[in-house]
Amino acid sequence: MNERKPVGQQNPMEATAARSKKVNAKPAKLGRDVQARLGQQLRAMYDDVVNQGVPDRFHDLINRLDGSGKKDPQ
Amino acid sequence: MPMDESVRKAVLAAVPSLRAFAISLCGNVDRADDLVQETLLRALANIDSFQPGTNMSAWLFTILRNHFRSEYRKRRREVEDSDGHHAESLKSQPDQYGHVEFREFREALAQLPSDQREALILVGASGFSYEEAAGICGCAVGTIKSRVNRARTRLAELLHVNSAEDFGPDETTRAVLASGGE
Repeated sequence: MNERKPVGQQNPMEATAARSKKVNAKPAKLGRDVQARLGQQLRAMYDDVVNQGVPDRFHDLINRLDGSGKKDPQ
Repeated sequence: MPMDESVRKAVLAAVPSLRAFAISLCGNVDRADDLVQETLLRALANIDSFQPGTNMSAWLFTILRNHFRSEYRKRRREVEDSDGHHAESLKSQPDQYGHVEFREFREALAQLPSDQREALILVGASGFSYEEAAGICGCAVGTIKSRVNRARTRLAELLHVNSAEDFGPDETTRAVLASGGE
């Protein structure tokens, strides 16, 4: 929390630097290594679900729809 | 009428990724599975509007995303804690919701604006191109690119990472879990 200073407390030089940085960078530049690690974490989290495969309820649903040709069992 | 075998295969193949996307949208496994089920019912009821040869997965993601947008956000508060739903979802979370080491990351992800979150997931995790993601979200390719950039920047801020070394503690946890140690 205390690593980041509120904008109001920046000295004028810092404020100017921050502003010009904002203008130049498209949103902001993240290091490639940081981007890569964020990407890894994101995929690891996502793949954790993907690796669960197809739960039975969805096999059952497809089989039911396939067999009966009914569009909506509700 | 039985469904075409290729349709059946493509739909089933898309389910794991649809679930992962749905969980990232609504943050709850049970509701995500309901969302996937409703998506499949809608998709198969309208299978005639699917153009053979195009990307079935992208088509299903589009339906899921639109359905979520139109219904789930409204319903979110109403269903909370009714008929033991919440307790049940808590029970199922340790196994289904991802391991504990993703908690911090997931919480940070949940704080992103939904536009940015879905763009980041589609491009960074689901493996769609910027063009496909733009098609799914119904916006311009440039919009997707800027949302993804902003999402990454914000995520780095929320996780307090300025360099790869800052991933330290989480990495250690993961290494321990991966090796099966305590």
